[in-house]
Amino acid sequence: MRIIEYEEKVFKVIMIGAAMIILGVLLYIIGTVFFKGLPSLSWDMITKLPGGGFYLGKEGGIVNAIVGSIYIIIGSLVISLILSVPLVMYINFFLARDSMFSNIIRFALDILFGIPSIVYGAFGFALMVYLGIRASLFGGIITVGMLIMPIMMRSFDEVTRLLPRDLPDALLSLGATKYEMSKVILRQLMPGLVSAILLAVGRGIGDAATVLFTAGYTDNIPVSLNQPAATLPLAIFFQLGSPVAEVQNRAYASAVVLTVMILILSFSARYFSSKFSKNKI
Amino acid sequence: MRSLRTVKERIARHFMLGIAIFTILFLLVIGLSLFFKALPVMKEKSLFVLLTSANWKPFKGEFGFLPYIISTFYVSLIAIIIALPFSLLTGIYLNSYASRKVRRFFEPVVDLLSGIPPVIYGVWGTLSIVPLISNKIAPRFVEFSSGYTVLAGGVVLAVMIIPLMVSIMLEVFRSIPREMTDASLSMGATRWQTVKKVILRRSLPGIIAATVLALSRAFGETMAVLMVCGNSPLIPHSIFDACYPLPALIANNYGEMLSMPDYESALMFSAFLLFIIVILFNGLSRITLNQIEKRFQLS
Repeated sequence: MRIIEYEEKVFKVIMIGAAMIILGVLLYIIGTVFFKGLPSLSWDMITKLPGGGFYLGKEGGIVNAIVGSIYIIIGSLVISLILSVPLVMYINFFLARDSMFSNIIRFALDILFGIPSIVYGAFGFALMVYLGIRASLFGGIITVGMLIMPIMMRSFDEVTRLLPRDLPDALLSLGATKYEMSKVILRQLMPGLVSAILLAVGRGIGDAATVLFTAGYTDNIPVSLNQPAATLPLAIFFQLGSPVAEVQNRAYASAVVLTVMILILSFSARYFSSKFSKNKI
Repeated sequence: MRSLRTVKERIARHFMLGIAIFTILFLLVIGLSLFFKALPVMKEKSLFVLLTSANWKPFKGEFGFLPYIISTFYVSLIAIIIALPFSLLTGIYLNSYASRKVRRFFEPVVDLLSGIPPVIYGVWGTLSIVPLISNKIAPRFVEFSSGYTVLAGGVVLAVMIIPLMVSIMLEVFRSIPREMTDASLSMGATRWQTVKKVILRRSLPGIIAATVLALSRAFGETMAVLMVCGNSPLIPHSIFDACYPLPALIANNYGEMLSMPDYESALMFSAFLLFIIVILFNGLSRITLNQIEKRFQLS
């Protein structure tokens, strides 16, 4: 009996230790980024374009990258929303429950979700060469769109599956068409959709491998779709590769900007999904 | 006469069907276009030579992918070796020991870890893991190491795949019927005995599937690994050597090689390779996990 109790205690301690280490690593990562980045973070950093000699450590900011990232994510979000919402409605309410076809689609989404972003980047670039598009805002939007589409479809599908069937059944029995029913249900699913969007935005805005060849890089804010666009992850990556200490410090500061964006997105996604579970009951 | 409502319904239905077919075709299109882009280099050299030669001289038309393939597996393997015990133990703890409060607390922790962008992991890796290896760990084993090593890549990658593994394992554990663990506990087994004899045994296929899925995620991870693994195109002999995984190869060279069709094709070949491996691993583990989920729904 003694040995069993002893084993129980030892393993409990090990398990708590493992969980604590994971928590510790998260704090360590965020701590490292803030500790290194905050001293170089200034108002100029996030409001000014890179000035002359910016990459030698002179003044300027990364607003080009911030705005570029936001443009790309908004564009790709619109594309993937147009595709995701109808698809999720289709596999949940138009097809029979657990039909072969909906299972195949879900499986395809799982596979698409697993494809590495660098493969999307390479494919996106090959596609752009084929269509004769240069590295541009448009190219970035398309490629990031490919990346976040399966993320959004899957997470929106997950919340939609949890919806009680009474509501659709009630709507249908009142004589609504399935299309009309979807519009009503969508309102009910709104918090879930918002958290799926935020999740996808978080993933898309932080990904560097997709925009590496497709969006290009520039010191200006793009004003049309066929101009290149800078992105925040690439700004961090390029500045970090500089031998100048000042520029490296700005890479850390840019990392703080990106981390803060991700933290905000993640917490608001959590807020909306908790709202959804309240709606459910 | 058809009313406007049914017309709308029909249009919506067709539009949705179109998207559904597009989603499935999209997968094929990616695979096929990568394949055709990779075809020139596969025609020139046999697949065997491409996969087993370590001779990488793109400007002389020698494309041996062995160093990159070995690097990819090496880094991913180390990541899994580190990540598996942590995620397994944390998963068990959150599932069978932790109070509701603790579980609530850990959900955002796992979410945040999975939400942190690869570049941030890379920054963290270069700031903390790389110096740690080059100053503290490596000197105990080898004479010199820059810190940009297989080990650094493995550690950073491990942290990146832990959230994925933890959340899948929690799902797998949740699929075990409550009656089973209750029965074990009511027979006087301790919690740990129940975990060992019931939960782990029952969820072994799920744990394997989660591991394979995480492995496929690790294969494709680009930016973070690229930033810490040194990028030297030689076969790494120890965990303190620099390495050069396939995604990093694509990321570092693609876009500049348009003037050399062979080189481009070779890089596309590595993207195709990555695509095939990832689909294979991913597909197998998803099928296993879906079956587990189905069993859960039935019981």
